[in-house]
Amino acid sequence: MLWVMLATLPGLVAQTVFFGWGNLINVMWCIALAIGAEAAVLRLRQRPLGFYLSDNTAALTGLLLGLALPPFTPWWVSAVAVISAIVMAKQLYGGLGSNPFNPAMVGYALVLISFPVAMTTNWAAPAGLLNGTPGFVETLGIISMGQQTAIDAYTMATPLDVYKHEIGALVADEVRQHPSFGDGIAKGWEWVNLAFLAGGLALLYLKVITWHIPVSVLATLAMTSLAFGSNQDLYAPLSLHMLAGATMLGAFFIATDPVSAATSHQGKLVYGAGIGLLLYIIRTWGSYPDAVAFAVLLMNFAVPLIDHYTPPRTYGHRKPRRGIAHKSSK
Amino acid sequence: MWTSIVIAVAVLLALALIFGGILGYAAERFRVEGNPLVEQIDSLLPQTQCGQCGFPGCRPYAESIANGDAINKCPPGGEGTIKALADLLDIEPQPLDAEHGIEQEKRVAIIREDECIGCTKCIQACPVDAILGSAKHMHTVIQSECTGCDLCVDPCPVDCIDMVTLEPDIRNWTWSPPGKSIIATDRQEAMA
Amino acid sequence: MRKLWDFPGGIHPPQQKNQSNTQPIRHAGLPDKLILPLQQHIGSPAEIRVAVGDTVLKGDCLATPIGILGVPVHAPTSGRVEAISKQPVPHPSGMVDWCITLIPDDRDTWGKRHPMPDYTQHPRSEVLAHIRDAGIVGLGGAGFPTSFKLHPPRHDKVETLILNGAECEPYITADDVLMRERAAEVVEGLNIMAWLLEPAHCVIAVEDNKPEAIAALSSAAQDTLIEVVAIRTRYPSGGEKQLIQIITGEEVPHGGIPADIGTMCQNVGTAVAVFRAIHHGEPLISRITSITGRAVTTPGNVEALIGTPIQYLLTQAGLQIDRLDRLILGGPMMGYTLQSAEVPVIKTTNCIIAAVSGELPEPPPEQPCIRCGACAEACPMELLPQQLFWYAKTEEFEKAEHQNLFDCIECGACSYVCPSSIPLVQYYRFAKGEIRTHNAEQLKSDHARVRFEARQARLEREQAEKEARREERARAAADAQTRKSQQTDNVANPKPLDDRAAKTAAVQAALARKEQKSQQSQAAEHAPNDSPTKR
Repeated sequence: MLWVMLATLPGLVAQTVFFGWGNLINVMWCIALAIGAEAAVLRLRQRPLGFYLSDNTAALTGLLLGLALPPFTPWWVSAVAVISAIVMAKQLYGGLGSNPFNPAMVGYALVLISFPVAMTTNWAAPAGLLNGTPGFVETLGIISMGQQTAIDAYTMATPLDVYKHEIGALVADEVRQHPSFGDGIAKGWEWVNLAFLAGGLALLYLKVITWHIPVSVLATLAMTSLAFGSNQDLYAPLSLHMLAGATMLGAFFIATDPVSAATSHQGKLVYGAGIGLLLYIIRTWGSYPDAVAFAVLLMNFAVPLIDHYTPPRTYGHRKPRRGIAHKSSK
Repeated sequence: MWTSIVIAVAVLLALALIFGGILGYAAERFRVEGNPLVEQIDSLLPQTQCGQCGFPGCRPYAESIANGDAINKCPPGGEGTIKALADLLDIEPQPLDAEHGIEQEKRVAIIREDECIGCTKCIQACPVDAILGSAKHMHTVIQSECTGCDLCVDPCPVDCIDMVTLEPDIRNWTWSPPGKSIIATDRQEAMA
Repeated sequence: MRKLWDFPGGIHPPQQKNQSNTQPIRHAGLPDKLILPLQQHIGSPAEIRVAVGDTVLKGDCLATPIGILGVPVHAPTSGRVEAISKQPVPHPSGMVDWCITLIPDDRDTWGKRHPMPDYTQHPRSEVLAHIRDAGIVGLGGAGFPTSFKLHPPRHDKVETLILNGAECEPYITADDVLMRERAAEVVEGLNIMAWLLEPAHCVIAVEDNKPEAIAALSSAAQDTLIEVVAIRTRYPSGGEKQLIQIITGEEVPHGGIPADIGTMCQNVGTAVAVFRAIHHGEPLISRITSITGRAVTTPGNVEALIGTPIQYLLTQAGLQIDRLDRLILGGPMMGYTLQSAEVPVIKTTNCIIAAVSGELPEPPPEQPCIRCGACAEACPMELLPQQLFWYAKTEEFEKAEHQNLFDCIECGACSYVCPSSIPLVQYYRFAKGEIRTHNAEQLKSDHARVRFEARQARLEREQAEKEARREERARAAADAQTRKSQQTDNVANPKPLDDRAAKTAAVQAALARKEQKSQQSQAAEHAPNDSPTKR
């Protein structure tokens, strides 16, 4: 778990560079809260604190939420997300290893649905746009003020959001005039995603995760966006899908959560493909600009079904043994 | 107006016929080979034929369970049997009814052969014909066939039958599950 | 060069083999007493043939086999049978079993030996019987009776005979030094097995971490058709199923035996035992065992008589009792902790590890499974250990069985890689034991039901027969009565037989009268019309 946390560092640094101190403050706040919530529940469940906290999984959940939430998310929105993630999605199911859903994404989806304004309008404008980026203290102030909508001066719609809402009326080139795209694919976002990609590759290299889920997610997302996105005036292009939003964070750090993912390699490929496909569908035709949380949670639902149909073939067996055990009635 | 009613009726009729046909076909094609409930219940009972449940043997008790009797009257089967029966019948497992006896270790009967007078009373009592002998000759228990039902003990006029608990030996030993993952602080709380 | 295949999964634990493979094989010598368990193999225990106080010679048969899966037990030296009693034997349970205690007379006098150097002149069945009578079992670990294995079902033709010298577990070097020092015997033993089976290929497979053994075997097998193959060092390449996969690329079918796909694996030590039995007429009375671990000052390999107490071997190797933390029989992956050093070396004892604290520590407390899948990556049988664990822990044994629990070879690779340090193999062993016990109980209760029903049927039959006999008797009595009364009737006046008959006769008569009457009245009624057609 420590390696996973370390591997998010490049992404966190990139977020801080391009979107200001918001994410860093969120991350620290969420980690602290996650550990606190975990400790409280463990105390209630009369479990040894040190033993269970030392696995760092609560901290990781907090970290992922901190990375995923918009930089200017009010403190109490983050708190709702973290506490529901740890208490409801994780501990109430029996703690680590027993949760059917990805805790961080449960928290994220919960606040996304409950506080859509706070969750969609608080993305910081990339550095260098508008009137400069607020400093650390100022950011801290914005977050702790707890206003649902932060000061407009510092926020800006995300590229995915802009594309989604304006492509109906404008052609691709006009949409691209929006400052959030910058000169490249999506200002700031491309670097954040590349940084997460680098961290993810490091995890692959260290064999902390296997290639199946990330490759499957990215490949499916790429294929669907190539299939539909040939006309940029109607659909967001491949490059935007790959390097904007939480694509890389989701593919390498969120979808790969082993507890709630499919079990066998074959199952992981199916699971990842489902996430990639849902990601594209919700981004394109859904009402939210990004969809990692929904895609992951929906596929979590499908995991038992996937596991049912994708057991590996055991040595000495001609076919994999699908399905469930039949009661031997002798 | 009438035509629409006729169409609706016709469509429904056609649907009913089609689905009825499918169901009928499925019932034939995927018919589960008959394993009536009594058989299944009987196969879960330990077959000691001891009568502690109040029925003359396991099968009568199985029939009674199938008719809604309680599943907790079988001491030789104990918790395991109750759980299996609860699973099969999809009901809540109940604790063993102490009225019928308590769960004991697996036992077998052993005849103290020098005291046996050869009365054949135990032979008649044994539900599984596990006692060998004839009148005025010594009897002995075929251990591998003995179900430990106790029924031979009472009839013996000279009390020469012992029920002996089967000690685990090296050939029927199995691995125990790993210790509960209790760690230091847990243990303190468990003790507190 | 032979094409080699790969097996999935596998791990690379630290080998620790240098501790014991630098010294030549030592002879352990004669201990004060030898403890010979009657069962040292898979199968049925042997039946004892000596009595307490008997004097026996080296190589004498002390117990004869029962059933096709039995093997005899021989006297490893000459001496006196001191006791036949239950003693602790090497077994993970630490339980006792029947053993013969033999007190050596220090003369080590051989009894009659029956070598068979001209084995090719004998029928195969005779050679197999000779191997069986020599008490040879697989020396690799499981101890399956060798003669039985060398006699596969008729429809299974062995094409590839593999001699397993992989010795993939850490610490163990018994086969390594054996191959180095006795390569010629290994090859000759293989020749005998090859003569028995007539395979198309003979392969000796050795992990490439044993270059000396490979060199020795290669030179010993120079002018033969035997291929000496170096395989990549990776645990558990020495598992039978994995080795067959490496050498032939095929998998032993589930529930089948290697001979089903035309292969057979034998251990190199077994080959040497077969050689000794055929060429010198020596039964299996000693074996090479590694004594290793950092708690002994002079680790190495010893040739110990079967029955030598492990304590004796440890003392000889300079055991530092104060440093000893854990005594392990077998390798660190598949072996088990010994509860007493008083147990003897048996035919399958390949290694004894006297570990200092921290060398092979008990695993730390188990953490929750996060289904990371590291175990599935390591599993050579392509199982899903995390699922098996889940079902074993929640005692959903049917599901565990459905997930092919019984294909698990208990190699321990999954436990080794588990980041949550879950003792996975222990869970599987527990689940397997429970399932086996349950099946045995089910079998027993089914058997009891059959007997009960047979008894019920018999009782009913007896009852019916009794009833039939009673009726028979009653009828006979009645008949006798009838005959008797008939006789008296003939003599006396013709009175009705009994009341019943008289009544019947009266009723009959009354009916007849009534009939008559009604006919008459009808006739009277119809007479004026006189229309008989209407009748």
